[in-house]
Order: sequence, then structure tokens, then C-alpha cells
Amino acid sequence: MGDPRWLHAAAWWGWALGLATAASRTTNPLLLVLIVLAAAWVVHARRPLAPWGRSFAFFLRLGVVVIVVRVAVQVLFGASVGTTEVIWLPGFTLPSWLAGVRIGGEVTLESMLLALYDGMRLATIIICVGAANSLASPTRLLKSVPAALYELGVSVVVALTFTPQLVTDVERLRTSRRLRGRSTHGPRAIAASAVPVLEGALERAVTLAAAMDSRGYGRRGTVTARQRRLIAVALLGGLVAACIGSYALVSAGSPAVLGLPLLILGVIATAAGLVVAGRASTRTTYRADPWRLAEWLVLGAGVAVAAGFAVFGALGLPGLDAPVDPPGWPTLPLVAVLVIGLAATPAWTAPPLPPGHAASARAEPAALELSA
Amino acid sequence: MITFDRVTITYPGAAEPVLRDVSLVIPEGELVLVVGRTGSGKTTLLRAINGVVPHFTGGRMAGSIVVGGRDTATHPPRELADLVGVVPQDPMSGFVTDMVEDELAYGMECLGLAPDVMRRRVEETLDLLGLADLRQRPLMSLSGGQRQRVAIGAVLTAHPRVLVLDEPTSALDPGSAEEVLAAVHRLVHDLGVTVVMAEHRLERVVQYADRVIIVPGQGQPLLYGSPPELMRTAPIAPPVVELGRLAGWHPLPLTVRDARRAAGPLRDLLVGHTPHLRAVPTSTDALATMQRLVVRYGPVPALRGVDLSLPPGQVVALMGRNGAGKSTLLNALVGIGPVAQGSVTVGGRDPRALPGSELLGFVGLVPQEPGDLLECTTVADECRAADRDARCAPGTTRALVALMAPEIEDGQHPRDLSEGQRLLLVLCVVLSARPPVLLLDEPTRGLDYPTKARLARILADLAEAGHAILLATHDVELVAEVADRVVILADGEVVADGPTTDVVTSSPMFAPQVAKILSPQTWLTVDQVAAALGPVDGPAGAGLGGEQAG
Repeated sequence: MGDPRWLHAAAWWGWALGLATAASRTTNPLLLVLIVLAAAWVVHARRPLAPWGRSFAFFLRLGVVVIVVRVAVQVLFGASVGTTEVIWLPGFTLPSWLAGVRIGGEVTLESMLLALYDGMRLATIIICVGAANSLASPTRLLKSVPAALYELGVSVVVALTFTPQLVTDVERLRTSRRLRGRSTHGPRAIAASAVPVLEGALERAVTLAAAMDSRGYGRRGTVTARQRRLIAVALLGGLVAACIGSYALVSAGSPAVLGLPLLILGVIATAAGLVVAGRASTRTTYRADPWRLAEWLVLGAGVAVAAGFAVFGALGLPGLDAPVDPPGWPTLPLVAVLVIGLAATPAWTAPPLPPGHAASARAEPAALELSA
Repeated sequence: MITFDRVTITYPGAAEPVLRDVSLVIPEGELVLVVGRTGSGKTTLLRAINGVVPHFTGGRMAGSIVVGGRDTATHPPRELADLVGVVPQDPMSGFVTDMVEDELAYGMECLGLAPDVMRRRVEETLDLLGLADLRQRPLMSLSGGQRQRVAIGAVLTAHPRVLVLDEPTSALDPGSAEEVLAAVHRLVHDLGVTVVMAEHRLERVVQYADRVIIVPGQGQPLLYGSPPELMRTAPIAPPVVELGRLAGWHPLPLTVRDARRAAGPLRDLLVGHTPHLRAVPTSTDALATMQRLVVRYGPVPALRGVDLSLPPGQVVALMGRNGAGKSTLLNALVGIGPVAQGSVTVGGRDPRALPGSELLGFVGLVPQEPGDLLECTTVADECRAADRDARCAPGTTRALVALMAPEIEDGQHPRDLSEGQRLLLVLCVVLSARPPVLLLDEPTRGLDYPTKARLARILADLAEAGHAILLATHDVELVAEVADRVVILADGEVVADGPTTDVVTSSPMFAPQVAKILSPQTWLTVDQVAAALGPVDGPAGAGLGGEQAG
């Protein structure tokens, strides 16, 4: 829809977070699978031909690992629920002061289902974040961060880009160990590579910092020391007030009178701090991404899905949670399926990528050469 | 434009200053080349121009540096960003964003330029550096030469009046290096940018320079002057200059073209002589072989059916563009990376089946970043670890180090060694197990001429002792000096394999300077010419050039 262009990164992240929020409201495996399918379909249709565009597969794998680990932990250590015994593992009872912790013993169908659904929910949330990551890299998101938060954003993005770099470093160190005639497997090899890997990361960080400084990063326009202190107080104080306020609102024990005013005060202080800091910053943005109808539609799809599931939860829609105790087949509430259908609409409503960037149009070329 | 006034810089913890009492003035619009041995303080000099030294690195600076009217003592690097553009040695390490266009805009965003100005400058810079086709490409997918041009473009968009380049071509193949230098040349001539550039590969850059600064190191005074004047006596010089000195040409030619014009008499004199070549042992038993080797990373083949054999006593050079598959080939010989088809054998065994502990008995590889292999805090510890790994008598590695690089001391931290010393230390570590096959991946990156000459001698000795040596490199001069055979890879295939003289003289890209000057004769190095002329002393050399002087 529309001319080929890059969709605003915030729209993608908003959409994905909406899906993740929806996923957190349900333990029905069928609905969770549908959410993942919707995300995968959109990624397939709109992911760019760039290194980060291929990260979705990694997040899918990570999701599987999360499920496996969650179930394994339940089987080995988890507290037992229900009575349908599947298998009995050799184990022993721990002393009374460690009551509640179990090693081995009875494994029930109920507890395994519980763990499986819980793992699937977590995996779906991770996969939704992965979808956003492959549709719009964190660096693109940085372009639309408010000027006042820019420096905070930079540190997050730099940290994120170093993670893949660490993987390359570990690989390089394994190669070096082999070249020195040492074993490349086993705990000793891993321990020995930890220090050089961290050293390398630190060194790169310092180099990057020097390079950014040389290019004008952190230039302050005309902010006086007093203004800077004022901004810091407003931002920090505001955030703390907002946190205490919202805690007082939700926790049953504290007076509600304290909650709302503090929350409002905190939000106002933070907003004021952001505005002042934004004015003081001299940064400008190159080709800021526009926010048009397509962005509203994509973001709206995410919000609608999240809102839909929140309503289902409040109304207690049957089938939102799969039956665990006693075990039973999950049902598929039609209305939830329809709402999830909305999640897949960005595959059509988002504009196609500029020619030469759509991964769906061609099979992987350029990006792979770098590994060669 | 740039004024150094009695500048002395001492790093924290160092006993001696890196630069002592440096005073110089660089006028606007000049291309200044900074040369010197590794560790002499070249990089410090460059980084002091925008104040990264000492603002970022720490240390003490006496005297003052003024750039375009701003004193670096009172202006940190970020306040000089609109005036001085610095391109680091490894461009990838300085990239902040992940797309070409965003990277070009980054500096301007920091400076707070208006969006329409940014848009216009990005377009201009894309055209100026020939990057228009790459504007939306991820930086990770670019080749070495493209990255270097993007890094230059990224600082150019801020319209700096000074451009500082630290070894812009040292990691590049000859073709990409020319691309980058052509771009720099254009900046100086069309835009009047002042360029300060450090580079070891003098043969590539000296003809472009207006001035040369020689940094002798150890705090000795700098030499500053025009290239022909300084090159006459400089301790480091490209082959064209050395040939000119040998033949006594005046004025001293700096380009192959000028040298060819002067070389008529020398060519006549050399008729009837043939270059003295090292006798290459002819052996049929190869120490390592590859047969129809195919390596794929994903669907893209990095090597497509490579046949290669390494006989004992030969130095084989592996050349080709960045990304042609050289490193993949070396890795396959040590059993790293996937093998899709074909076979690799080293000493009759498949290297992939060899565990790490046995590998060194068959083959050793000095990787592109030799420092990766070092992990101890002193040279002595490193040598002891190498003895243990190789299961050889204690002291073996240390003895090798004493032989190859006697100036390295036991107590030094490997990180404090110069690039060249570190390479030699790693070479000793790898050689401690006496692997019959020795592989080196771009050993001369960042090495100065004296260290390169030392490496060349060591490699020749090792070949003499029966090692098979395979050397991946972009350095045509080193190849001319040490290689008996050259293999050229293009796009994962072997496109040429033969004796050095035959292969390099037939290719304009891979021919060394001496071969270009004296073609159609097939001389490769100054040493060969000197040996053929016999003991040439001063007057004879002068006589040879006398005919040209008029």
C-alpha cells in the first residue's frame, strides 16, 4: 500500500509490543501459535534485506530453547500439580528447611502442561520483540527518540550492537586456540576465552567513543551548568515520583490519596524535563521518517490486538486459558482468532520497502558475502 | 592551517615523551604525508590534531596546537568536529550507524545542521566519492575499499577544512587503494581540503604528497620538507626511490612514469644480465594439497574448485582482491570452516580431523590479527605457554625469539610491542612446534620497510630449511622480494599459478614498481638490479645518471 518507503520504526515496535502484550494475557497454545504465525507472516512480507533482517530466525530458535528449558526445569525441580502421573524420576526429598524445592520424583501431566504453556507464552513474547527487531533495527528506532533521551538511547543501541560482535569474538578466539594447538571445547576453553572477549569488547567501546567524540557527539549548545542540574532533577525526581505513585495505586495496602497526585506530579515533572532538555539540545535529524496513515494502521493493529485481549481477560472469555487441571484439549475462541487476524494486517497495510531492500522479492544475495 | 608550537606529548606511565618539542606549520590546501617506523609516534601526531590525544587517551601535553584558530587545549574533539575530520585506521571501528546514508549524515546531525542542508551535502558527498549506488547498503556488506570511502565521506559531510587519515590503504588490495587515493587527490585539488595522511606503503602515496613529515621516533626531531628532497636521504623509501638512488638519477623520480623516462641507460646496461633467482627445490611430494575444493557460506561459494599443492622449500604468495577467498583458503588448510566438496590434506592427514593439540605438528597459521594468539601478560610467559602447547623443550620458543627479534625483552607486555614485533613473536610461537607447513595471512599490514625486510629474510631462511610457506598478501613489493611462486585467486577460483616473475610482470595490478620501470626486462626488486650491476659505488652510480641530468 502506498509508495515504497521505510515505515516509521516506532510503528513497528508499537505493533510488536501490542502483540507481545496480547500474548501475555493468554496461555492457550493455539492462540499463541496463531500470534507467532501472524508475526512471522508480516516479517516474511516486510523484512528488509539487511543483517538485522535475518535475526527473526534466531529469535524463533531462542523461543524453542526457552520452551525446552522451562519444561526441563519443571520436570527436574518444579513443584508438582495434579495427580496424573506420567513418569516417576529417581529423586530424593530435601530437608524440611528447603520445603517446596524438589529434585526428581513424581512428574505429572498437569505440571508439564503448565510449564509448556508458560514457556510458550514467554517464547511468543520474545518472538514478537524479535519481529520488531528484524523489521526495524534498533538504530532506526533511535532516529525518532526525543532529543533529550538521545544519549541514553545511544548507549542502549551501542550495547545492542555489541552483542552480535561478542559472538564473532568468541568464534575468533576459538580459532586462535586451535592455532596455538589447544583444545577448543570444554569448560576450560570457555573460561580462558572470557577475559579476552570482554577485553576486546571494552577496547572497541573505547575506540567507538573516541570516534563519536571526534564527530561531534555530545556537543552542547548553550546549556549552563544550572540548567543541566535542573533537567537532571526534573527527570530523575519525576520518574521516582511516578514510580511511587503507580505502586501506591496498584498495591492494596497504601492510601490511594497518595497515589494519584504523586503519579500526576511525576509525569508532569518528567515531561517538563524532557521539553527543556530537548530545547537545549542542538541535534537535528537527517530525513526523519514521516508518520502517515500506514504508520497509524500498523500501530493501530498492534493496539487493537492488545486491547482486544485485555477485554477478553476482563470479561473472562472461555478458552483464553487452556485447561490444565484436569488436563483437556484447548478450545479455539473464534472472536480471539478474528482479533489475531488484525495482527497480520501490516503485511498489506505497511508500504513495501524501496526496491533492492525487500528480502521477500529476491533470495539472499549481498548480505551473505560478508561472512565469506 | 595547523600549527604545532613546541609540542611535547608524554603518555601516562611512559618515561620518555613520544613527541618532543615538535614545531611545524601546515599551510591550507596541502597534502602532507607522515611517515615513520611503527611505534615512532605517527599516530600520536595525527590524533593530536583534533585533540583526541590527550583529551581522550590521557597523558601530558606541553606546548600548543592550533587548528584553524582554535587551540586544542581549550577545545575538546567534539568542538573541533566541524573543522577536523578524522578517519581511523579501521573504518569499521568508527562507524556509529548501520547504513551508508545514515553514516554520512551522523556527523551533521551532531553538529545540528538543518535537514535540507544535510540532504544536499549527503547527495554531494555520494557523488564526490562514487558512493551513489551504495547509499542504502548496510555497512557490514561493503568491501574494504568501499568502507574506507564511506568513512572518508562520513567526515567530509561536516565540511571539515582538515582531513586526517591514518593508514587509509594498508588493508586494501591495489585496486581499492587506488580508488581511495583518487578520491583523496580530488578533495585536495577541487575543494582545497588540507589532508594529513600517515601511510607505510610509500610506493602508493608518495607521488601525491606536497610535503612529507618524517617521524624518526625516540623523541628525535621531525624532518619536514618536499618529497624529492627528503626522499634522497630518508631511511625509508619506496622501491622507485631506491632504484633512483642506486642509479644516481637526478632529479629523483617519485613516480614510475618519471623513472621510466630516466631508465633508458639503466635498461641498456642490464641487457645480457638476468635476475638472480633463488634455486627452488623441485620436489614432487607436496606437504599440503587441495583438490577441487569447494567451500560455501550459505548458498554463496567462497571457493569454487581450487587445486593447489605446496611443495617443501617454496614460498608461495596468494594474491587477489579483498574478499576473493584468500582467508577461506588458509582456514581450510588448518581445518577451520565448512568444506562442501573436494579434499584438503596436510602431511597426508585431513586437517579437520586433527585435534588442536596435534595440528601444530603439521601446519601453523599466523592470522590477520596476530595479537589474537597472545594471551599472557609478559613475553616470557607467552614463550613458556608456547613450549607447553607444542610439547617441546623449555626455552625453545624463547630461543627463536632471540634469533628473530633480539630486541624483544622478557618482561614486556605483548600489547606494548610494536605491530612488527608482535607479528614476529607470534611467528615464533607458531614455529615452536616446527610445523612443516607455515601459513601467513596478510603479514605486512601496518609494517614498515625495515620490519618487512626482516620478515622477508626470515621467510627465505625458513624455506631454505624445507618449510612450505603460503603467504596471503596485497603487498606486491613483498611478493617480488620473497615469493617463488604466485597464485592469484579471483572470485574463489585460481586464475593464475606460476613462477613469480611470469605472473606478476604480466599483470599491471600486481607488478612491483621495479618491474614496471624496467619492463620489458623482468627485474622485480632493487636488490636484483644491484646484484647484477655488481658492486656499484658512488661515482659509477653518479656516472650512470649523469647522462640523464642534461
